[in-house]
Amino acid sequence: MSETTAAIRAEALESLLTERGLLSAEDVDAVITRYNERVGPMNGARVVARAWRDGDFKARLLADGSAAIAEFAFEGGQIDKLVVVENTQQVHNVVVCTLCSCYPWAVLGLPPKWYKDPAYRSRIVREPRKVLKEFGTEIPREKKIRVWDSSAEVRYMVLPVQPQAWQGLAEAELARRVSRDSMIGVTVLDDV
Amino acid sequence: MDGIHDLGGKHGHGKVVDHPPGERYPGFAQRWHGVMMAVVNKLLTTGVAPNVDYFRHAIERIDPVSYLDDGYYGRWLGGVETMLVEAGVLTQDEISARAGHLGAQADTRIAARPEGLREQYPPPGATTGHAGRECTTPALFNVGDWVVTTPTAVSGHTRLPGYARAARGQVVAWHNTWVFPDTNAHGRGECATHLYTVQFVAAELWGADTEPGVEVCLDLFEPYLEKIDE
Repeated sequence: MSETTAAIRAEALESLLTERGLLSAEDVDAVITRYNERVGPMNGARVVARAWRDGDFKARLLADGSAAIAEFAFEGGQIDKLVVVENTQQVHNVVVCTLCSCYPWAVLGLPPKWYKDPAYRSRIVREPRKVLKEFGTEIPREKKIRVWDSSAEVRYMVLPVQPQAWQGLAEAELARRVSRDSMIGVTVLDDV
Repeated sequence: MDGIHDLGGKHGHGKVVDHPPGERYPGFAQRWHGVMMAVVNKLLTTGVAPNVDYFRHAIERIDPVSYLDDGYYGRWLGGVETMLVEAGVLTQDEISARAGHLGAQADTRIAARPEGLREQYPPPGATTGHAGRECTTPALFNVGDWVVTTPTAVSGHTRLPGYARAARGQVVAWHNTWVFPDTNAHGRGECATHLYTVQFVAAELWGADTEPGVEVCLDLFEPYLEKIDE
């Protein structure tokens, strides 16, 4: 089905459900506004920046992600349980959902298109080094790669390694620099 | 079910295409994507769609060609239409007629494949919210235990990917007890079940032809697992 045809069929559903009182224009506007404006990777970036700046927060975040992010009061995209996995000199983490497209919405917003496409979902569990290389990310052979396949209601976010050159930057500036893809684990943050 | 959705490890899907490249903050690319999200939220909170496991299974049951071709929100469209028809809210003829009236081509491949077997699926009723559930049955496994996953496929909804069947791994975390998707998707109850993270070395999943230094972690429910000696 083309995007145009799907859009028309969605419009058909929208109008039929609205006529039956099962949907309103406000429901649609609220969802679109929430994800276009307030729920996105800038939330996860704030969590990462705080973890880098505050060792006590980082320890709490790695021990219990859901409890630690409660202080941010993020809305939308319910996460039943958040687990934050830390990239280190020994291990690089990367997240996927091979069975559908589970993603930690509250901290990263809507998943990018490639995350939901068959190519990523099929390959990242089988040949992660090759896939990461396609993202421009070369992980040295001696470093382990751990792939997290989100097969239940636990959601995963990667805590990237902080570039040396970013030491001393304020939390807000760090948050501005943390990329979405580094929190999925397909890229690492460059020392620039 | 051994469906098209179970993509882990499948060959032939080509390169990962980052499009648009470097897109930092996607939001909804099209308004109708947001409409689908709003519809799903509304159907779940009003109980027309009984639970998210049933919704996931409705997506798994769409036409397999559509599954690969229609994109993420297209799959949601197929799943939503399946749920609405199975709930008796709308008929496919009604939806097609309205789509035709709005200008859709008549010969389009329709993703939804409602089975009309509503009694197999959960009764209506809003069950959103946290999927964690209390359970007094003690956990069978401890962190550090070695386990093997079940070798058999099931025809209904399950969260054990095909590539991780009959594989030996180590329990690295225990996540308490949760709604069991395999029963909940089919109206057979929430059946609070222990959930573990199990870590597999890549060679156990893919054989000798594998990349070095790779581990795959999955969150697996207790009935998928059996304890083994190290």
